[in-house]
Amino acid sequence: VVEETDVSEREQILGRVREALRQPSRKPHVHGVPRVPTAGGDRTIADVLPVAATDFASRVEQFLRNAEELKSDFRVVGSAVELTHNLRLLAEAEGWQKIAAHRGASVEWVVPRLGLPVMWTDPGFDARELEACGVGISECDALVAQTGSVVVTSRSAGGRALSVLPPHHVVLAREEQLVGSLPDALALLREKYAGDFPSMISFITGPSRTGDIERILVLGAHGPRKLTVILHP
Amino acid sequence: VSGDLEHRRRIQTALGKYEVKRDEKERLFQDWAGARQLAAERKWEAVNGLADHLEALVRGLEARGTRVHWASTAAQAREIIVGIARDRKARSVVKSKAMTAEEVHLNEALEQAGVEVVESDLGEFIVQLREEPPYHIVFPAMHLTRGEIQEVFQKKLGDAPSDNPEELTLVARRVLRRKYVEADLGITGANFAVAETGMIAVTENEGNARLTAALPRTMVTLLGIEKVVGRLEDLALFWPMLATAGAGQLITGYNTLYGGPRQPGEADGPEEYHVVLLDNGRTALLADAEQRDALHCIRCGACLNVCPIFRNVGGHSYGTTYCGPIGSVITPHLRELQEWKHLSYASSLCGACTEACPVGIDLHHHLLQNRRNAAAAKPRWWERLAFRWFAPVAASSRLWSLVTRLGRWTRPFHRVVLGTRLDPARAWTRTRGLPPVARQTFKEWWRKRT
Repeated sequence: VVEETDVSEREQILGRVREALRQPSRKPHVHGVPRVPTAGGDRTIADVLPVAATDFASRVEQFLRNAEELKSDFRVVGSAVELTHNLRLLAEAEGWQKIAAHRGASVEWVVPRLGLPVMWTDPGFDARELEACGVGISECDALVAQTGSVVVTSRSAGGRALSVLPPHHVVLAREEQLVGSLPDALALLREKYAGDFPSMISFITGPSRTGDIERILVLGAHGPRKLTVILHP
Repeated sequence: VSGDLEHRRRIQTALGKYEVKRDEKERLFQDWAGARQLAAERKWEAVNGLADHLEALVRGLEARGTRVHWASTAAQAREIIVGIARDRKARSVVKSKAMTAEEVHLNEALEQAGVEVVESDLGEFIVQLREEPPYHIVFPAMHLTRGEIQEVFQKKLGDAPSDNPEELTLVARRVLRRKYVEADLGITGANFAVAETGMIAVTENEGNARLTAALPRTMVTLLGIEKVVGRLEDLALFWPMLATAGAGQLITGYNTLYGGPRQPGEADGPEEYHVVLLDNGRTALLADAEQRDALHCIRCGACLNVCPIFRNVGGHSYGTTYCGPIGSVITPHLRELQEWKHLSYASSLCGACTEACPVGIDLHHHLLQNRRNAAAAKPRWWERLAFRWFAPVAASSRLWSLVTRLGRWTRPFHRVVLGTRLDPARAWTRTRGLPPVARQTFKEWWRKRT
């Protein structure tokens, strides 16, 4: 019976939508804006967004500038040894007791070298146990220089909770994953998953934050207080 | 509120900080005006192809095992979601910010069904503890000081070590973490829906919606049918524009796409995902070709922030779910014109809202059109009666001076009946103060001078 009422409700709403749209509305024109850019041709999203860096070095620089403003910790390392060293220092400084991690080539290589108990989240896990971990380590699908964002999905980079439940999220990114702009990142996702998207895709920009009390910035509202992004070869 | 100077000062300060940040981020865009035009065009295409877009959205969602529900009215939406909670014997629900849930009064319905509802967005959590509606569609607790927040935490949670925003946030984090792990059901709103790929997009800063979508076994999203955009790439435009216009950020902390429940091979996520598509008057607004662009709204709140009316009367004075200029435009369509037409008069028609709108909605002209439509439609009987009496009084100088004098003499007695059913001005005084009658009229004053 529930199914039937749903079907009819659906038909009714779609019917009202179609009926309403029989009367056309005028194309919008925002006051004072030329209809086409002066350069000619159609205006594209990339034309209006903030400038995105084009080559690798300037992408790194742009990501770094954004990370500073967002209070993310962005590090560029030259080798696997340096990557391990950086993580060891973080583990000591923050006193990690247990690490939550999601499988992936770099994670699987580096995490066992830290000499700490590891909870692998891939086969499923208990939320309380994950919450007790001092850090969640995952890879990512892309980094976006234009905005300082990290792209993760429920399939490739830690599921849904790993990047928000522990107090610190560490992201390991390969150099070729750093893209210039948001349109580039979405195009990359489309190419990678065409027709078979994961159930969750998240663009994470900085650690969790709130300004709900007197518009004063506080980090770690619900999600992690710290976000560390390590770019490695 | 407009008489409360301290309150006004607080709102102005908060919005002053916002303006600085917003201008800074707008300047980062290569072409902010062009971005607004492009956003208006993309939304125009989305809204004018709504039926096809909705069908594509639903196809995509259902292909991943999402259950889609349709609700024509607020009552149906409540019934569907309360039904989901009841069937799963849910005892507690954790919610991330959703204006649609405010619109259909979902919390009350769930609580009546014996389900505990916890708001997880910090601002929403605070106003929920104070048993108030949100003050602003983006900053729900912007009217409160840290002292007031400490007070309500002390009273309701018994835990408020200081009035330091960081410590207060930590208290909320601790309390809400427990709720997350216990909750049977997670409810979110939505900022966009992508027709082409069949996904729901949620924008937030705190990570509370991410947790709402990760931990409970069942997830529900309630969204208005107008939220659909055509292509995935459109989000590359809307995400930074929403953040810039809404909060003066280049992009919000978490912009997340949800397409279904946990899929095979995924580590976690809800077993069931339900999407409820809400009409509740939106098709009526869609049918008005002149004001259809009001459905382009991305609920950034920019028009509230710049509105001289909002900045003086505050968000609670409107008595509506959606306040400020956009609320005054759409509420008469979503609810009832004659009952809500007064909102369109609470405007200076300065056009600041239209200029601020990132998707180019012609807000101040729509306020004028609402006034025109209200005047053309049949007014209520008591309104007609009132004007039939008023016209001869206003037209005669003798009658006018008699009536104003009467008003002055009888005013002291008004206090006796004020707030009771006997008050002849009750329709007015129920929600606002009556301005005092001047001690002398202009004519009297003039006569004394000459």
